[in-house]
Amino acid sequence: MPPGVIATMVALLGAAIITILGARFAVDGDFAAHMWIFTAGFVAGIVWLMRRYASGAPADDRETYANDVVRAGVIASMFWGLAGFLVGVVIALQLAFPDLLYFPDLPFTNFGRLRPLHTSAVIFAFGGNVLIATSFYVVQRTSKARLFGGLLPWFVFWGYQLFIVVAATGYLMGVTQGREYAEPEWYADLWLTIVWVCYLLVFVGTLWKRKEPHIYVANWFYLAFIVTIALLHIVNNMAVPVSFLGVKSVSAFSGVQDALTQWWYGHNAVGFFLTAGFLAIMYYFVPKRAERPVYSYRLSIVHFWSLIFIYIWAGPHHLHYTALPEWAQTLGMTFSIMLWMPSWGGMINGLMTLSGAWDKLRTDPVLRMLVVSVAFYGMSTFEGPVMSVKAVNALSHYTDWTIGHVHSGALGWVGYVSFGAIYCLVPWLWKRERLYSLKLVEWHFWISTIGILFYITSMWISGIMQGLMWRAYNEFGFLSYSFVETVEAMHPYYIIRALGGALFLIGALIMVYNLWRTARGDLRAEAGNTPLVPAAAE
Amino acid sequence: MWNHGTLERNSIALIVCILLTVSVGGLIEIAPLFYLENTIEKVKGMRPYSPLELAGRNIYIREGCYNCHSQQVRPLRDEVERYGHYSLAAESMYDHPFQWGSKRSGPDLARVGGKYSDEWQRNHLIDPRSVVPESIMPPYANLARNELHVPDIKALLEANAMVGVPYTDEMIANAAADLMAQADENSDGAADVAARYPKAQVRDFDGDPKRVTEMDALVAYLQMLGTLVDFSTYEPNSKDNIR
Repeated sequence: MPPGVIATMVALLGAAIITILGARFAVDGDFAAHMWIFTAGFVAGIVWLMRRYASGAPADDRETYANDVVRAGVIASMFWGLAGFLVGVVIALQLAFPDLLYFPDLPFTNFGRLRPLHTSAVIFAFGGNVLIATSFYVVQRTSKARLFGGLLPWFVFWGYQLFIVVAATGYLMGVTQGREYAEPEWYADLWLTIVWVCYLLVFVGTLWKRKEPHIYVANWFYLAFIVTIALLHIVNNMAVPVSFLGVKSVSAFSGVQDALTQWWYGHNAVGFFLTAGFLAIMYYFVPKRAERPVYSYRLSIVHFWSLIFIYIWAGPHHLHYTALPEWAQTLGMTFSIMLWMPSWGGMINGLMTLSGAWDKLRTDPVLRMLVVSVAFYGMSTFEGPVMSVKAVNALSHYTDWTIGHVHSGALGWVGYVSFGAIYCLVPWLWKRERLYSLKLVEWHFWISTIGILFYITSMWISGIMQGLMWRAYNEFGFLSYSFVETVEAMHPYYIIRALGGALFLIGALIMVYNLWRTARGDLRAEAGNTPLVPAAAE
Repeated sequence: MWNHGTLERNSIALIVCILLTVSVGGLIEIAPLFYLENTIEKVKGMRPYSPLELAGRNIYIREGCYNCHSQQVRPLRDEVERYGHYSLAAESMYDHPFQWGSKRSGPDLARVGGKYSDEWQRNHLIDPRSVVPESIMPPYANLARNELHVPDIKALLEANAMVGVPYTDEMIANAAADLMAQADENSDGAADVAARYPKAQVRDFDGDPKRVTEMDALVAYLQMLGTLVDFSTYEPNSKDNIR
C-alpha cells in the first residue's frame, strides 16, 4: 500500500477517535448523533481505502486523467438529484393537501424541516456534486494535466458527501441555524470549510500543473465559484457555539446587519454557485457538444468580470421595504438591474456558439437540452431584474412568484445544463460509443419541459394573484380578503405545481435508466442514430 | 500594453483579481451598516429576550417556522392595516439570527403577540385546521407533550451576551430559575422575571400548570412578538429615525 494511503488511514482513525470522544461527552443528543455519523463516515473511509488499495494501486491511479472520482461524482449527482426532486414533490403535495402527508407525532415530516432538506439537496447535494464532478473533468482536459493531490480529490468527494449527510440528518432532527440556504450548524460549517479549501487546492494545483499556456474560460468561472463561495460561507456562518460539545450556535450578527449578511450570501449562492459554476459548464460543454468554438473571446472576458463584479451587490433586493436602510435597498436594486447586461452577454455567448450548428438541435436532444438551459437562463435573468425593482417587488415579495422565478432558473437553467453535461459525460467516462438511447433523452426533455412550464406558470398566477389579493380593498376602504382566504385561493395552483414537479422527477428517472444502460454498455437500436450525410452535389 | 492574457497565464493573479472584484460590493454595502449610527432607530422598550422567550424562539427556529412566516411588516398601506406598525430595525437588534423570513405561506408574525389567546395559539399549534379550516399549516401536537429541555440556558445567554446582547450578570446568573418561573404566575420567581424583563408575560402558557413544556416556551415567544417597542413615544419623522 502506498505510504500516502497509510497516512490517510491513520489521519482518518485519529479523526474517528476525536468524534467518538465528541459523542461521548456531547451535551445534547443531536450532537452525539452527528458525532456518530462523522465517526461512521471516517471508518467507512478507512474501509474504502483498504478495499481500493487491497491489491496495489488501482489502474485509475496510473492513467493520464483521474476518471474514477468524476464517475463517482456523476453517480452521486444523480442520486442526490432524485432525492432532492422527490422531497420537492413531497413538500409541494403537503402545501396542496395538508392532511395527506402530515403526521402530528413525527415532527421531521413537517414542511418546516423538509423544505431546507429539499433546497439543500437540490442546490448543494445535486448542484454541488455536478459542479465538483464537471470541474474535475474540465480542469484536467483543459490543462492537459492529471488532478493534483493524489487522494485529495477523493477526500473532497467523500468529505462533501459526509457534509451532505450531516446537513440532511440535521434538518430532520431540527438542527438548524435558521438561515435560509445556510442552515447547517457550526461544526458542519467547519467541516465544509476544510473540504472546500481542499477543493480549491486540487483545482488550483491542477492549474499549476497545466501544459496549456492559457487558463481556459470555463476555469475562470470555476475558480470564481470556488473562491467566492468560500468567502461567502465563512463570513455568513460566523457564529459563537453555545457549547463546543453541542449543536446550538448564536449568529455573530443580529437584526438588520445579519439580514444583509445573509442575503449577500443567499443571493450570491445563486450568483456564484448556481450561476458562475454552471456557466463554466456551459463554456465547456456547449462548444464541445456543438463542435464549434465559443462565439466570442472578448465577450467571455467582459461577461466574466462584469458578472462577478455586479452580482455581489444585488443581495439587498431580497430586503426591499424592510428595516434595511433605504440607501442599501436602492444600491441593491440598481445593481440588480445592471446585472441584466452581463447575464445576457453570457447567454448570447452561449447561444451564438451554435452558429453554423443550429441544425444539430433537430437531431441531438442533448445539445437541445443545453441550449434550452441557456434560454431559461436568459429568461430568469430577465425576470430577476424586473422583480428587483421596488415597485414590482412590493407585489412579488413574500409570494409564490419568487418560488416560480427560482424554479425557472433552478429547473430550466441549472437542471438542464447539468443534465446536458451528464448526458455528455457518461459515454465519455464509461468509454461507450454513445448514449443507450437518444429517444429516451427526447422523452426526458419533453416530459420535464412540460413539467417546468406547469411549475412556473402556476406559480406566476398564484404569486401575482396572492399579491393582488393581499392589497385589495373593497368599496368601503377595508381590506377585501383575510389572509386565509388568499391561502385557500392557492389550492388549484399548488396542485398544478406538484404535478409539474412530479413530471420533472419522472424525466430524471428516465434519465437515470438511460445512463445506467449506457454505463452497462447497452446500445438501443434506433433510427437516426447514424448521422445524416448530406447528399453529394450533382 | 496590458492584456487579459496575463491573467490567463497566472492563476494566482487571477485569484487575487477575482477576490478584489467580488469584495467591493460587500464592503460598500454591508460594512457601513455596522458603524452608521442611523442604521438602527432610537426607540424605548427594547430589551433582550427572557430565557423562556429565547427557548421558544429556538423552537421556532428548530421547526423551521421562518420557511413560511415572515417577521417583517413593510411600510405599505395594506400591510400596516393587516399586521400593524411597520417593523423597525430596532425590533430585531437582539435577534441572533434575524428571522425576517422571505415567504408568506402563512401570515406575518412580527406583531402576532397578544392578537390571539394562549388557548387559541395552543389549539392552533396542536391542530391548525381545528381553528382555521382552510389552513395548510402542519400540526405541532408533540410540542405540548415534550418537556422543555434546554441543555444549558445560562450558556445560551452567555453566548448571546458575547455577540452583543445586553444580558446583565444578574440575568445570566438567574437564567435557569427565570426559565421555569415565567411559565407559572404563582411561582416564587414570577415577580423577579417581570422585574428583570419589563413587559414579560408571566403565566402558564400551555394550560398545564404542572409541567413546563415546549408549548409554554413557543407560546411565550409568540405572545411577546412585536409588543416591546413603545410606539406612543416613537417619532418616525425625527432626524434620528429617517434612514
